[in-house]
Amino acid sequence: MVWSDASHQLSFAKVSNPLVFRFENVGLRYGMGPEILRDISLEIPERSFQFLTGPSGAGKTTLLRLLFLALKPTRGLITVFGKDRARITRRELPLLRRRIGVVFQDFRLLDHMTTYENVALPLRIRGREESSYRNDVVDLLKWVGLGERMHVLPPVLSGGEKQRAAIARALIEQPEILLADEPTGNVDPPLARRLLRLFIELNRLGTAVVIATHDLTLMEQVDARRMILSDGRLDVYD
Amino acid sequence: MAGSMFMTDQAEAATRAAAPASPSRAAPMGASHRRTSPIVPEQNVAGRALVFVIAIMTFLSCLTLGAVSLVRDTASVWESQISREATIQIRPVDGLDMEQALADAARIASGFAGVLNARIVDRAATARLLEPWLGSGLDLDELPVPRLVVVRIDETAPPDFATMRSALTSQIQSASLDDHRTWVDRLVAMAHTTVTIGLAVLVLMLSATTLSVVFATRGAMDGNGHIIEVLHFVGAEARFIAAEFRRHFLWTGLKGALVGGVLAVLVFLAFGWWSSRNFATPEADQASALFGNFAIGLSGYIGVALVVLVIAALTAATSHFTVVRSLSEIDLSQQASS
Repeated sequence: MVWSDASHQLSFAKVSNPLVFRFENVGLRYGMGPEILRDISLEIPERSFQFLTGPSGAGKTTLLRLLFLALKPTRGLITVFGKDRARITRRELPLLRRRIGVVFQDFRLLDHMTTYENVALPLRIRGREESSYRNDVVDLLKWVGLGERMHVLPPVLSGGEKQRAAIARALIEQPEILLADEPTGNVDPPLARRLLRLFIELNRLGTAVVIATHDLTLMEQVDARRMILSDGRLDVYD
Repeated sequence: MAGSMFMTDQAEAATRAAAPASPSRAAPMGASHRRTSPIVPEQNVAGRALVFVIAIMTFLSCLTLGAVSLVRDTASVWESQISREATIQIRPVDGLDMEQALADAARIASGFAGVLNARIVDRAATARLLEPWLGSGLDLDELPVPRLVVVRIDETAPPDFATMRSALTSQIQSASLDDHRTWVDRLVAMAHTTVTIGLAVLVLMLSATTLSVVFATRGAMDGNGHIIEVLHFVGAEARFIAAEFRRHFLWTGLKGALVGGVLAVLVFLAFGWWSSRNFATPEADQASALFGNFAIGLSGYIGVALVVLVIAALTAATSHFTVVRSLSEIDLSQQASS
C-alpha cells in the first residue's frame, strides 16, 4: 500500500519533545455515578501522532473532552502546555483553546455561513481584518481539497466535505495539537485514507495529532502510538 | 502564517491527493467579492416573529402612553381654566340699587392684587344665560334674578379670597364670592384619579411589554444555542459572543419598536387631523371637550421615542443575559463531574 511507505518513515512520539498534555492518575465521574475514566496517566508530546481507540462507550469522547478543556477531572492532575488545569481561569480558557484544534464527530459547522466563512471563523472572532487572512483560508481550503467548494453552504456539502471543512477550521489557527473525534466515521474508505494523509501531513508540519477512532483499518495504515481505552482504563502502546 | 505554512511542496501534493474526484457543484468566486455573513443569522422564523411581537407591544404601549399624556394635559387645562375665574353674585334685596352694587363690587374686586379685571355680566348677557329655562323676551326687573360679576384672576398670584369676600359683604350685604374652590377641588381630584388610573394602565402595559419582549427574545435565542457553543469552542471570548448577539438583537428590537412607535404616532396624527377637519361640528366639540385637541405634544413624542429606545435596549439586554447564561451552563457542565 502507498501508506506503508509513509508510515515507516514516521517515528511518532519517539522523540522527547516538550509536552502538550500530561495526565497523572486522572479520574472522572459524572455526578454521583461510577467513574468513567480511572487512573489515566499519559503524556502527549509536541509533534507526536497517536490514535485513541477502544470499544464504543469506553470513554474516548470523554477523554477528548478532557483534552479539549471542556471537562474538569474529578481527581488527578492535568497539565496543559505546562499549566495546571485546576488553576486555569475562565478568562485564560479561550486563549488556550486557540492552541488546540478540535474536529467534532458531528462537524458543528454553522449552516448560515459558507465553507470559507466557517473555516475563517476562528480568525474572525479574534477581530482580524478579512484581508489579513483571506489568502491563508483559501490556501488551506485548497489544501484540504475544498478549493472549489468554498462558497457553498454546509447543508449542500457531502459528509466527507463537511469533515474536511471541520478539519480546516480546526487547523486555520495552526494549533499545537489537533484532536479529532472519529474523523473517518462518516466517510468511505478511500476518503478515510485521504483524510488520514491530511493528518499525517499536518503532523509532519509540526502539529501533534490525536485521532479518536475505532476504525482498525485506519490504524493499520500508520505505525503510530496507540492509546487503548477499556473499562475506563488507558493502556499506551508506543 | 497559515498561507506560507500550508503552501509547501508537500502541501501541494496533499492537495492533489485529498481533492475530491467529484466535479465542482459551485462556481468559485473571490472571497473578497462576497458580503461576509453575520455571525448571528440575520433572519429566521423566530426572529421575524420577535419583530412582530415587539412592534405590536410597542404600538400598544405608545398608544397607552399617548392616551395618558392626553388625559393629563386635558386635566391640567380643566384645572387652569376653572381656577382662572371667580364669580361675585349679588342677590336682589329690597332697597338695593343693583347697578350701583354691581359697579361697587367690580371696583372692590379690581382693587385687590392678583385680579386682572372684573367684568359685570350685563342685563342682555344675563337674559341670554337664563333663556334656556325662562325663554326669550325676559324682563329682569320682573324677577328677582341675581346678577354676576366675573373676576379674572392671575393664576400665578391669586388674590386673597377671604379678605375680598369680607370686603364685599361688608359693603354689599347680599353679595357673595364664589372662587370655584369646591368645584376646582373636585375636578382636580377627578383629574388626578384619571391620570393615576392611566399611569397604572401604562405601568401594566409596559410590564406586559417587558415580559413579552423578554420571552420572545429568549424564544428567538433558543435557536442559536449551537452558534454560542461553536463560538465558545473555537476560542471566542464570552464578551465577544455576548457583543455579537447584543448587536443583532438591539437592531432587531429597534426595527420592531420603530415600526410600533411610528404606527402609534401616525394614529395620533390621524386623530389630530380628524379633530381639526371636523372643527366646530357637534362630534368634534364633544371629543375636544373630553380630550382637548388630540395633540399628544412634545412630551408625548419624547415618551414614544423613549419607549422605542427602552424596548430595543431591553431586547439587547435579554439576548446578552441569555448568552451569559448559556456560557455559564457550558462552564457548569465542566463542573458536572466534580
